Amino acid sequence: MSEGRAAALGEQFEDLEQQHEASSLGMWVFLATEIMFFGGLFAGYTVYRGLYLPGFEAGSHLLNVKLGAFNTAVLLCSSLTMALAVRAAMLGRRRELVTFLILTILLGLTFVGVKMAFEWHHDYEEHLVPGIDFVSEGPNGRAIELFFVFYFFMTGVHALHMVIGIAILAVLTWQASQGRFGPERYNPVEMAGLYWHFVDVIWIFLFPLLYLIGAHH
Amino acid sequence: MSTTAVEATTGVNYLNAKYGIRSWLFTTDHKRIALLYLVSITFFFLIGGAAAVLMRLHLIEPQGALLEPATYNKMFSMHGIIMVFFFLIPSIPAVMGNFLVPMMVGARDLAFPRVNLLSWYIYILGGLFTLYAILAGGVDTGWTFYTPLSTTYANGQVMAAALGIFITGFSSILTGLNFVVTIHKMRAPGLTWFRLPLFIWAMYATSIIQILGTPVVAIAIVLVGLERLLHVGIFDPALGGDPILFQHLFWFYSHPAVYIMILPSMGVVSELITCFSKKRIFGYSFIAFSSVAIAVISFLVWGHHMFVSGQSVYAGLVFSALSFAVAIPSAIKVFNWTATLYKGSVSYQAPMLYALGFIGLFTMGGLTGLFLASLATDIHLHDTYFVIAHFHYIMVGGALMGYLGGLHFWWPKMTGRLYPDGWARFSALVIFIGFNLTFFPQFMLGYLGMPRRYAVYPPEFQVLNVMSSAGASILGVGYLIPLVYFIWSMRYGPVAGPNPWGAKGLEWETPSPPPTENFEELPIVEEEAYAYGVKEARVV
Repeated sequence: MSEGRAAALGEQFEDLEQQHEASSLGMWVFLATEIMFFGGLFAGYTVYRGLYLPGFEAGSHLLNVKLGAFNTAVLLCSSLTMALAVRAAMLGRRRELVTFLILTILLGLTFVGVKMAFEWHHDYEEHLVPGIDFVSEGPNGRAIELFFVFYFFMTGVHALHMVIGIAILAVLTWQASQGRFGPERYNPVEMAGLYWHFVDVIWIFLFPLLYLIGAHH
Repeated sequence: MSTTAVEATTGVNYLNAKYGIRSWLFTTDHKRIALLYLVSITFFFLIGGAAAVLMRLHLIEPQGALLEPATYNKMFSMHGIIMVFFFLIPSIPAVMGNFLVPMMVGARDLAFPRVNLLSWYIYILGGLFTLYAILAGGVDTGWTFYTPLSTTYANGQVMAAALGIFITGFSSILTGLNFVVTIHKMRAPGLTWFRLPLFIWAMYATSIIQILGTPVVAIAIVLVGLERLLHVGIFDPALGGDPILFQHLFWFYSHPAVYIMILPSMGVVSELITCFSKKRIFGYSFIAFSSVAIAVISFLVWGHHMFVSGQSVYAGLVFSALSFAVAIPSAIKVFNWTATLYKGSVSYQAPMLYALGFIGLFTMGGLTGLFLASLATDIHLHDTYFVIAHFHYIMVGGALMGYLGGLHFWWPKMTGRLYPDGWARFSALVIFIGFNLTFFPQFMLGYLGMPRRYAVYPPEFQVLNVMSSAGASILGVGYLIPLVYFIWSMRYGPVAGPNPWGAKGLEWETPSPPPTENFEELPIVEEEAYAYGVKEARVV
């Protein structure tokens, strides 16, 4: 065990506790930059929603609320399995850890799959993709186009974060199956968990802002 | 390094521990990464400086002496982009911060050494994109990339330059992240927050701005790219967009970015003033907290760039008041530095000359900033040479003087060699004179109404413009002298020893150059920072 300790400890650190605290703080700081990154987008969204509320509502009504709600539920479940995976890693339960990581990956893939195969594909067929084949009609045409610029960009950046998260979890799953984590070293799983929850939280804001504005009939 | 140098210093150090280009390109040693940055930013400084030389030569005659107007536009854009994003922002954090933060907190390296190396590669990648943009025809938007000029009218190289800045931003974020974690988690036993050197406080405040500001300008740049790519109206008013939104997003980062440039210099100056006065710094906690205050308030003043852009008058009033507020912590620093000099044993070695030059020039730059923060005077002075002079007093007179002062101060630590002090003092003087001759006339030009970014000007402005150009050539010589003697000193300079200045601080307790692991035994700190002449003080 002590050999494993030495291998896990970076030479710049005094002990594992210091290393653990440093990587946790590093992850939180990284997430702060992510919040500011999305914050710029939310600010832009807010400005144009204020300027062109009817257009944004019209754009929002063209989205499929049911699919959005389904995906929200999928993501919330994935956060639960992720939290359980972190707990399994802390307790050193290898099989449980691998199972929960795989479940999280599957839920993440479901989200991205629904997004791409149903929602974006549908939008493409309806000529709602700005810059490619957006057809603007009526007095709100420009505003609806602007709504879809923000919709595609924000959900696109979010999906990109999902894909990166899935890739990280895939690596962790392989490492977990090799028995690389345990009560001594569960830091990477915990960090990936923080990232995964963050990406979920972003979606919790995106869903109402994009899908639920204006009265739905 | 010659064999005599190895014998003269204490044997194995970070410079001679490994040889070969691979040992540099794959190093995770914060000291070597600092030197990689030093070489890279010097390269970009020379390019940006060359653009400035061409601009000042051109402005010798009212109708322009050298360049086509379109080429002139590309020159000032290139000067601004390179100097801001590829020299000033990385300068002190990436070179001196990388070298000193682990040593000053008594650690063997930064918290994330590989991330540190990654940040250098990201910086180089961003630099390559920007260099490509210059070579492929240049960009004429200025460093501010205002829309709709950048989205609708400018040429396609705008995208390459913007991508370069976007990429380089991540290098800045990662450096800041590394510093914050290192300062929080890796301090030596006994090194409490209020025993930290003030340079560390300044780097901490700078890192906060880098972490929270840079992502916002990144997203603004991406939106500009999206608008160009898809021809949608994010910022283009003709398509329903709001060009002012771009200015908000841009300045939300780019005004705090001014403090990314000046705060580290303030940290350096705090170190220099106390060391060369041989006296504990006056008002330690005031200087420490003023750094944090500057970082916080810097996020609340961006609107003062937009007083005449159609922003609401009430927003203007608030931004004006907040901009006045940011002058308070800056002034606190200046007063504390001068109070430190009082009754100190002041010696005028080269680093100290830069520090004193900094205080004077920064005060000028800061006070003229208040002219621009006032709503009424800004209407007259906005977009004139007054603004140019103001921010060059901050960024060159302040940030660059601090950078050079710090480089002269820690050069013996970085290389183990001393440079010729006479030449160094001479170059400090040349830079001070050249700088004032370059930029003081620009205050007058701006007050008289000469707008910035114009390739031609009315004949009555010629005398002041020629003065400014003459000053620029003196300034250029002033910058080249250190380049020569620094390179000379690496081989021929006298051996410095661990602490040539008699300075306090953990970085001076190791050999020069330091060993790869910085300290043979990790230090335990038992005294306050800058404990100069503590015993004498007790007797009095």
